[in-house]
Amino acid sequence: MANQKKQKLTPTQQQYQTLAKKHEPEIPFISRFLRAFFVGGMICVLAQGIQECFIHFFDFNEKTASNPTVAVLILISVLLTGFGVYDRIAQWAGAGTAVPVTGFANSIASAALEHKSEGYVLGVGGNMFKLAGSVIVFGVFAAFVIGVIRTLISMGG
Amino acid sequence: MKQGHQTWLFPSKPVILSSAAIGGPLEAQGPLADDFDTLHGDMLLGQSSWEKAEKTLLEECCDKAIEKAGLTKEQIEYFLCGDLMNQIVSSSFTARTLQTPFLGLFGACSTSMEGLALASLIVDSQSADYVLTATSSHNSSAEKQYRYPTEYGAQKPPTAQWTATASGAAVVGREGTGLRVTSATIGRVVDMGLTDPFNMGAAMAPAAFHTIESHFRDLQISPAAYDLVVTGDLGRVGHSILSEMFQQHQIEIPPERYRDCGMMIYGENPNVWSGGSGCGCCASVTYGHLLHRMKRGEWKRILVVATGALLSPLTFQQNESIPCIAHAVSIEAESEEGVR
Repeated sequence: MANQKKQKLTPTQQQYQTLAKKHEPEIPFISRFLRAFFVGGMICVLAQGIQECFIHFFDFNEKTASNPTVAVLILISVLLTGFGVYDRIAQWAGAGTAVPVTGFANSIASAALEHKSEGYVLGVGGNMFKLAGSVIVFGVFAAFVIGVIRTLISMGG
Repeated sequence: MKQGHQTWLFPSKPVILSSAAIGGPLEAQGPLADDFDTLHGDMLLGQSSWEKAEKTLLEECCDKAIEKAGLTKEQIEYFLCGDLMNQIVSSSFTARTLQTPFLGLFGACSTSMEGLALASLIVDSQSADYVLTATSSHNSSAEKQYRYPTEYGAQKPPTAQWTATASGAAVVGREGTGLRVTSATIGRVVDMGLTDPFNMGAAMAPAAFHTIESHFRDLQISPAAYDLVVTGDLGRVGHSILSEMFQQHQIEIPPERYRDCGMMIYGENPNVWSGGSGCGCCASVTYGHLLHRMKRGEWKRILVVATGALLSPLTFQQNESIPCIAHAVSIEAESEEGVR
């Protein structure tokens, strides 16, 4: 892919890009991976703790406790987004805050906040799923495909 | 008067009668804070949206420049202005407030020098006595338009730059005292095929190089003619690329005589990654810090090269590369006579 892209460039462009590449600071992949791993993990630990609370202190079982747990995480994420803290944590944590449900909530809340100035219908309503929309579209589609495969396999079995 | 391929000489040497720079909260924490006329602690400037905040920033800056020149709005004959917003709304809305004949410009972050070059041309051709040129950018409105919602948690690479919340304006006049504009080189669009909008410094450096090289060629002068060459907002990445290009092409500008506004505005702040960017970055650093230091006699002649990346979020999504441009303007302290 990278080679194919390069072939379209003129020799001068290629020469320049080689020069420019040298001056780009390295992305600290290892430290970013580790941070994402630990922050993502910590969010899951927190969620587990919340779930245990729902099971032990309220009348939930392991299956029914997951819904209120997700709701609490979303609430925390949306509050942090509103207070303007979430994007700062995310710059440090990377995928650690983007992959869990908190990242999904942040993408919706941030878009809603940003477009509030354009009104509630066209602004908030129209733009809320600007970033999250693709997650929903491809998530639903992937679920459909998996569902079809599962049905086919179970029919065969 | 045209000289060479793409350079204008201004024999009458239009005067920068006054200049103003206004910044936001992060600019106030930077090392150049003292050079701003006004600094705002509130990103919204008391307005209800980022777009309105940017317009207010620009209006304030224009008012300040006119006031410092000892003029009134009615005396300004033409207003040249541009910004990063779609349909350059901040500029047009400011022009609505000013009620001055207006020409809108778009040159992305190169707008500041595009405006100064054109203002000088208008004054030099005796088409006006007083021309106001201004530009602005706002971090949040630029994030919203070009990238993601401001509160969205996306991790940026170390080559990314921080759009400055700043505005700069200057009044150029035919007569008076002050620093003078002696020549300007209009750049052509250079595209080296780079596609990463989080690495604009690398995309813009060749455009800056081309304009600087053309400037020296057209005027047949050597880099030694300038006490300082300043690029707009290449940031740390672009600055080091351009320095190497100077070396490769035997353009001898000593490292201490080549600076970059994007690196100067925030100093060593690691939260802005490669440095500052946006129309307001070069404009506020030039119209604030650089002109102040020239007035104190630290430099006699400087060349300001504002660089702009002419992309839109749409062209990026359609996998187009980033076309870039740079315009150079030479500014001289008054006492020097007969030097180009």
